[in-house]
Amino acid sequence: MTLVRKPRYILEDQCTGCTTCVEYCPVVYPDPFNQEISTNKAIHIYFAQAVPLITYIDESCLYLKEKKCGICEDVCENDAIDFNQTAEEVEVKVGAILLAPGFEPFDPKAGNHYGYGEMQNVVTSLDYERLMCATGPYEGEIRRASDKKHPQKIAWIQCVGSRQVNPPGGNSYCSAVCCTYTQKQVILTKDHNPDAECTVFHNDIRSHGKDFERFYQRAEELPGIRFIRSYVSIGKEIPESKNVTIRYATPDEGVKEEEFEMVVLSIGLNPPADAVRLAEELGIELNPHGFCEVNPKNPMETTKPGIFVSGAFQGPIDIPESVFSASGACSQCGELLDYRRGKLSRERIYPPERDVSGEEPRIGIFVCHCGANIGRIVDVPSVVEYAKTLPHVVYAQEQLFSCATNCAKEITDMTKEMGLNRVIIAACSPRTLGPLFQDTVREAGLNQYYLEMTNIREHCSWVHTMEKEDATEKARDLIRMSVARAAHLEPLQEIDLSVNPAALVVGAGVAGMTCALSIANQGHEVHLVERDHDLGGKARSIYQTLEGLDVQAYLRDLVHKVYQNPLIHVYTDATITDADGYVGNFATRVVSERGTTEIRHGATVLAVGADVYEPSEYLYGEDDRVMTLLQLEEQINRGSEKVTDAQGLVMIQCVGCRNEERNYCSRICCSESVKNALALKKINPEMDIYILYRDMRTYGFDEDYYREAADNGVKFIRYEPQDEPVVEAGESEEGRPVLKITTPDYILGKKVEIDADIVALAAALIPSAGSREVSQLFRVPLNPDGFFQEAHVKLRPVEFATDGVYLCGLAHYPKLLRETIEQAYGAASRVLTLLSHDAITASGSICEVDENVCIGCGQCVSTCAYGAVELHKTRQGKKAIVNPVLCKGDGLCTTKCPTRAIQLKHFTDDEIWAQIDAAVETAQIPSKI
Amino acid sequence: MESEPKGTQDQVHRSLADSIREGFEGNTFGDVMVVGGGISGVQASLDLAASGFKVYLVDKAPAIGGHMAQLDKTFPTNDCSI
Repeated sequence: MTLVRKPRYILEDQCTGCTTCVEYCPVVYPDPFNQEISTNKAIHIYFAQAVPLITYIDESCLYLKEKKCGICEDVCENDAIDFNQTAEEVEVKVGAILLAPGFEPFDPKAGNHYGYGEMQNVVTSLDYERLMCATGPYEGEIRRASDKKHPQKIAWIQCVGSRQVNPPGGNSYCSAVCCTYTQKQVILTKDHNPDAECTVFHNDIRSHGKDFERFYQRAEELPGIRFIRSYVSIGKEIPESKNVTIRYATPDEGVKEEEFEMVVLSIGLNPPADAVRLAEELGIELNPHGFCEVNPKNPMETTKPGIFVSGAFQGPIDIPESVFSASGACSQCGELLDYRRGKLSRERIYPPERDVSGEEPRIGIFVCHCGANIGRIVDVPSVVEYAKTLPHVVYAQEQLFSCATNCAKEITDMTKEMGLNRVIIAACSPRTLGPLFQDTVREAGLNQYYLEMTNIREHCSWVHTMEKEDATEKARDLIRMSVARAAHLEPLQEIDLSVNPAALVVGAGVAGMTCALSIANQGHEVHLVERDHDLGGKARSIYQTLEGLDVQAYLRDLVHKVYQNPLIHVYTDATITDADGYVGNFATRVVSERGTTEIRHGATVLAVGADVYEPSEYLYGEDDRVMTLLQLEEQINRGSEKVTDAQGLVMIQCVGCRNEERNYCSRICCSESVKNALALKKINPEMDIYILYRDMRTYGFDEDYYREAADNGVKFIRYEPQDEPVVEAGESEEGRPVLKITTPDYILGKKVEIDADIVALAAALIPSAGSREVSQLFRVPLNPDGFFQEAHVKLRPVEFATDGVYLCGLAHYPKLLRETIEQAYGAASRVLTLLSHDAITASGSICEVDENVCIGCGQCVSTCAYGAVELHKTRQGKKAIVNPVLCKGDGLCTTKCPTRAIQLKHFTDDEIWAQIDAAVETAQIPSKI
Repeated sequence: MESEPKGTQDQVHRSLADSIREGFEGNTFGDVMVVGGGISGVQASLDLAASGFKVYLVDKAPAIGGHMAQLDKTFPTNDCSI
């Protein structure tokens, strides 16, 4: 592949991001990162937390245009400006390509949607994100363009550029993310200004994601919030106030026109701007919407082998799906290139560690400017001078960017030269750069736990921008406290744990089997455990997907591959009786048709699936003409005449969920109903099909099928939970025995009565019966709805907080087959990031019990969320003992211990007390507190 | 035409496969190129690197982060999205 590296006109190794050049640059230019609401300079850093955090020069530069100016070259102290840079061709040879070019926000200017670009106070939702953001155009204050005032009365218009066929210019599909991001914006707006009045004009509310339904309720229940179901148009801009009017209609009040101070357009997701060029260059195909054409059996596969796709280029998807489709694509790259794994990486070798235990503390302090981040607020040179006066401090200096490679080397060199045995870096949070600086001190031959970081950025300069003197004083205090702590620091050893290369996958539905195959195809043994006698899970009762995939054929092929793979061991009729161990070294006891087996494995994947709710509503179980959607699908595929010859068929959505007992949406039922309606219309076009729904949630490209169903004469009637349909046995006018369904029709404004031969219920997906037991065995949490709770909803969607335990499929939340497949590959990739290493390193900062002081009360045992503390019998009675591998070093147990027998290493009482004592000089403490 | 003995044909196949593989040895065909440095591309690069592959991460912007970096906060915890 030939890549073109665009010139940055900056020498990346020399730029420190100090932003002096930005100050002097005379060119003021709309800032694309802030949606052109605010301005920036021709030379600037892309955004405050950019990686890399260095400047670049854009095309607005005077020198680049007319060879004028060049001020930045003169003011740069590091000679980092290089106007002679040209576009550079780089050739790379790769074994696989992963496309993740994302999406392009819909541009409402193009079709003149809702006055955007003409009326100043009409903004897009992305504009609004920047307006709310602390690094945005008004530093986190929501102001409107016309008069820079804070708007009080704000309206959101949903589906801008989405779900739109007429007039042309929009996209027919649903962008899937706008409903929830609007609710988020409403909640945040109320945080900014509790008096704000927010109105959301919407079509269906699509809260189909995990926890989305509760989030919607949270937004809806806030005071001053209105959700109005109505199509709208922009009325006019009021000349004096620049307010904007919106025309809408409600069933009760008819057409109304209302004035708003600001209007936010909830814009959808378009394909990436250069999708066509990218597709041509790489020889892949695009779908009719201009997104990547993918394999329906594997949405991460493009039409060209070796080229994979993840994220929003697959179609409009949310962040968690972007994350697990990325991991999923990686697992497939791994299957392809397994033979090259690890051949290109290099091992790091550190110098031997110096024993400093007999020495007096010799502390060195490095105070970082962090470009202007700290230096502009805190008087760094005076802090350095002060630091030199503190006890045990033998060296102090300032640095522009301690994390820059040259500065890190300086720290290593000075540590060696001055014989330092404690290093303090006063800079940012240890959460971000702690590991890097631990490395730096190791390079100097010191144990990495002799590093102490003082956070004078997040805890000081960033929060005291207006109080420079006080901030400097605080920086001094924080450093004095760090010095006191550093003197007490002790060297700690990290443990290397061997990793068992095998994996255990619990549940052999599509999720479990797909995950197992991908792991096995990368050379690892997999134990696949299934409760049932047969493999396949819920997919066994699905015949087709909405896109037309033959699910049974797909499943047969999958099961065949699983049994064919010599690295996969299948256990059916299995029960897990015991699960023990920790990341890299689990032991699980399984009773199956093979007898009792103790499986040793390094990673665990939970793919236990879900169950279908058995309805108690709508005569289900009493009248055999009432069935679930799955039963309907089975009868359609069997060619049951009872179903195919029906004159009238009614489907009722949201049966058993979106209610008090199960406050979530089952996500897939709307698409499933549309699928079955289309199938029935194909067999019997005369059939009267009604779908009674609350919100149709055919998100993404499935919207096209919803429209197709409506075009084919399927009737959609909305109902509300307080006025549910009623199903009764009765007779039609001709005397035919039918089911009579009475439901409100809000468009007609009255109740309608429908005769049906069949009623199909969209029964909820509910957590699998065994999930609670599994969650207890593997010590992983469930969410309030009973589905498994991942480590982080957005960023760690396929793993648990417990190391080495992963999750995929319906066990996580209801999802479509293609999403299950993606998530299964995603979990496989995360498993591989663990299993492809021979060993993992456990932190040295863990808890330790002094048995002489421990009274065996067990408070620490019940406090520990990781099961890391146990009581064991000794001659002196019961004593607590910490498993160093399970301990995460959160220190909760130390707060419970009545005798201070349990201590968290690196944060011992002595260290913390020393730090606190140094906070205020004794003389300043009032005698009474 | 005389058909070649089967063994020879196998050898031909094997040596072809070997030569391709050898060609890869000194090369970097085990690498992966990730196009796009948004949340998906960044996650992919991290996974690939952590499981032993060298990654070229390519983005058209001067910094990685994509559209997610532009978001103020994210559902459901309203965490900072950076």
